[in-house]
Amino acid sequence: MVVKVYKPCVPLSAIATSSTHGEDSPYFAGWRAYDEDPYDATTNPSGVIQMGLAENQVSFDLFEKYLEEHQEVSKLVNDIGGFRENALFQDYHGLNSFRKAMASFMEEIRGGKVKFDSNRIVLTAGATAANELLTFIIANPGDALLVPTPYYPGFGRDLRWRTGVNIIPVNCNSSNKFQITKQALEEAYAKAEKANLQVKGLLMTNPSNPLGTAMTRPVLEEILNFISSKNMHLISDEIYSGSVFSSEEFISIAEILEERGYADAQRVHIVYSLSKDLGLPGFRVGAIYSYNDAVVTTARRMSSFTLVSSQTQKMLSPMLSDVNFTKNYIKTNRGRLKRRYDYVVEKLRECGIECLHGNAGLFCWMNLKPLLEEATTDGELKLWETILKDLKLDISPGSSCHCTEPGWFRVCFANMSIETLDVALSRFTSFMEKRRKT
Amino acid sequence: MTRFSRASSNPSPETNPAPPRLKSDEGPAMRIIVPLQGVVQGRGGLVLGSLLPCALFYFLQLYLKSRNRPSQSPPSSPPTTLSTPDDHHASPSSPPSASGSTIHRTLSRGLLSPRSHPNVSSRAAAVARPDEDSLYYVGYKRCLRDPFHRVDNPEGIIQLGLAENRLSQDLILDWLEKNAYGALLGGDKPGELNIMGLTTYLPFDGSDNFKNAVAGFMGQVLQESVSFDPSQIVLTSGATPAMEILSFCLADPGNAFLVPSPYYPGWDRDIKWRTGVELVPVPCRSTDNFNISIPALERAYTQAKKRGLKIRAVLIANPTNPTGHVLSRDTLIDLLDFVTEKNIHLISDEVFAGSIHGESKFVSVAEVLESEGIDKTRVHIVYGLSKDLPLPGFRVGVIHSYNETVIAASAKLARFSSVSAPTQQLLTVMLSDKQFISNYLEANRQRMRRMYLLFVDALKQLGIECANSEAGFYCWADMSRYITSYSEKGEKKLWEKLLTVAKVNVTPGLSCHCIEPGWFRCCFTTLTEEDIPLVVERMKRVTQGPK
Repeated sequence: MVVKVYKPCVPLSAIATSSTHGEDSPYFAGWRAYDEDPYDATTNPSGVIQMGLAENQVSFDLFEKYLEEHQEVSKLVNDIGGFRENALFQDYHGLNSFRKAMASFMEEIRGGKVKFDSNRIVLTAGATAANELLTFIIANPGDALLVPTPYYPGFGRDLRWRTGVNIIPVNCNSSNKFQITKQALEEAYAKAEKANLQVKGLLMTNPSNPLGTAMTRPVLEEILNFISSKNMHLISDEIYSGSVFSSEEFISIAEILEERGYADAQRVHIVYSLSKDLGLPGFRVGAIYSYNDAVVTTARRMSSFTLVSSQTQKMLSPMLSDVNFTKNYIKTNRGRLKRRYDYVVEKLRECGIECLHGNAGLFCWMNLKPLLEEATTDGELKLWETILKDLKLDISPGSSCHCTEPGWFRVCFANMSIETLDVALSRFTSFMEKRRKT
Repeated sequence: MTRFSRASSNPSPETNPAPPRLKSDEGPAMRIIVPLQGVVQGRGGLVLGSLLPCALFYFLQLYLKSRNRPSQSPPSSPPTTLSTPDDHHASPSSPPSASGSTIHRTLSRGLLSPRSHPNVSSRAAAVARPDEDSLYYVGYKRCLRDPFHRVDNPEGIIQLGLAENRLSQDLILDWLEKNAYGALLGGDKPGELNIMGLTTYLPFDGSDNFKNAVAGFMGQVLQESVSFDPSQIVLTSGATPAMEILSFCLADPGNAFLVPSPYYPGWDRDIKWRTGVELVPVPCRSTDNFNISIPALERAYTQAKKRGLKIRAVLIANPTNPTGHVLSRDTLIDLLDFVTEKNIHLISDEVFAGSIHGESKFVSVAEVLESEGIDKTRVHIVYGLSKDLPLPGFRVGVIHSYNETVIAASAKLARFSSVSAPTQQLLTVMLSDKQFISNYLEANRQRMRRMYLLFVDALKQLGIECANSEAGFYCWADMSRYITSYSEKGEKKLWEKLLTVAKVNVTPGLSCHCIEPGWFRCCFTTLTEEDIPLVVERMKRVTQGPK
């Protein structure tokens, strides 16, 4: 008789074995499909075109030009003597000059309408880390954050996985262009109370991902009043602030706070990053700006888990402080994104697809409700699969963004050349034509 | 900051450091309660036995309540400015104090009363607490405010508490001067910029090229006794997040790791802060040359079990910090047997693997695994470039594991702590320059050896003996003959004297959970040879001064 001997499997943590990373969702499945069969104009013209990744490549040349014209900047990398001066080993304050540069850049983006104190900036390796850090700081395990829908699919992971915090969606719909209403806020809050969850804060993205819209003044005021009345925190993720097509149309929460004389500012924390506006996601540069001293202190200490490379800080500092460069970059980048957006929306309209009227971001929010066989999440996913398999386009279904209205899709347009974009648009066109015939 | 290995006043050699951990602000409370017990037990008649104890307890409650309050609410007085970063230089996560700054902006009268302030979480409150209880960090702060400089501040505090290696930075500078520009921005043709690859999203756990380069470097550090598979490594922005991410994967909140002590003070933060994992020190003894004792581990394990504390791993550093030992192959085998028997993990922090200055050959746990045929899925290595290749602030850490699930989870968690692309690019080129690396490692080893011998000799002149160290940037010095009372208090007093009278910052053993008073970690790698006589002169103020 054979005696089977099993090797004991050494147990791992719940975090290691959970699926809260959310990477089983269609949002990520589409990425995998792309990885396996990526489009290339010459070698793989029938491959999958990646329209599910919000990356900005439209203004990359400006960055390259800057480096070419300022070669002394790159030489700063050698400046280890300079490193020694700052005695930077594991310093989580970050380079003084770099924080000032970030503050300056953030002010430029807001058209000089607000001032930022560089001492309130805490650097993190990306906005992903910034959002998680703030969640650790403002909420205990088991608490909740309110997040307006639709929202960035990564939040499910970034805000919940290690922190043990819950997300309660604040549901928005197309009846009012997906704007956040007081009623929706109150409903979400009541839901949390009923489930015995303590709501510690509201996290909003302004401009919104995936909607591609900047929040209006009345809505921002409403939100500030709401969080004050409930004594909670507000995290304003303004990672796309430099990607609003026209600077007049973006109102940062910082502006409203300044107008109110900073009353209640201790509740508010802004998240930023260079990944979207500057198109430098590989550099891993994020920041938390908080009006709350305790949060700044704590975030700084916790940032030891997510520091920005000093080399990167040194490299970027002169460029971000160069107001001539940043003014021009922001203006040019905004213009190019607007042109792309208008182009995409027009082409889609021509073949019968409407998008939400947007004014920001690297994507458009496409309405494919008329194409659904059934107005359900299943119907939406079926359509998503068709688009992935037949059109070879990876777009993000609204359900992965927790949108309660089936049929909406996020389509990114800034992460590819105009030629590739044309190919993608022509695939939509042929698809719609075929449907009309049948 | 806990030192529960010292919680009992007379730790007997055979008992375990097992009493429940006292939070630092419960300490003083206990010192009041105990003497009151006699009164409470009614040994004092009506007044002493009833009225007085009741009154005392009433006041005790008030006292305890007022002590607990500050740690749970954020500062409610007008916000103070944030200290400028120029005040704070190198520090191993040394924080500014939570209160000590003002905001330069208009404050409206709308600043609300404390009741309307949203609180921070209890995790955050613990993190923000001022660190007066950890001398490791206190010493740092004091040193930063008055740093020694040969010309500008010759009376300043000499920093011997920072494990940073400046002995061979000139070699790295040379390489960077010649190669950095090309490595970072050079395209295939001269004058051409090639930065596209730098800017886009890279895999969060490191690009393939960089992983290959790091795996190759790790093999080179071990003189090719082990070959590391790049697919089994996850890269992070420093060894600090590597350790934290690994901890998140191996243990649930409320679980614990057994840690032979003395150990690196930073772990108390890096591991405990956000994961909720406890660290149980397992003391090693000078009589045993601070070697790891398996019987001690056994006892600690059993004790923990009795307390209902689930042990998930044994955490070691090899080479050790602060004692600077290279673990023997036999010790590693014993440890592997121990964790196998208990079905738990072994974490080996090998950050100093390339910083051996002594004669012994370093044996990585990876090497032992290859030859001993033990289940590899329970063994994980943490590594980083900061010690062996000191490029200040570049932030590169490594998790190496044979466990697929750990690698998969860590790779996803690395998104919160990724290595910056330009850094990956630059280091890929540097690490691939095997000749440079080889020269660097050898030259550095020799310089470290020389400095170590000079420094240990200097301490000997002062009557201070050091444990035999072969690795790391520090020596483990026995200054017990200079402490007035052989206790934690005595050690603290000596540390304070060294800081204020000799103006030298060293790390006291109690920060490292050493249960024998009088041991101090002194780093020598930020000194030059000329500094050593000065250090001796300074120390004489204490060793030869009034007691």
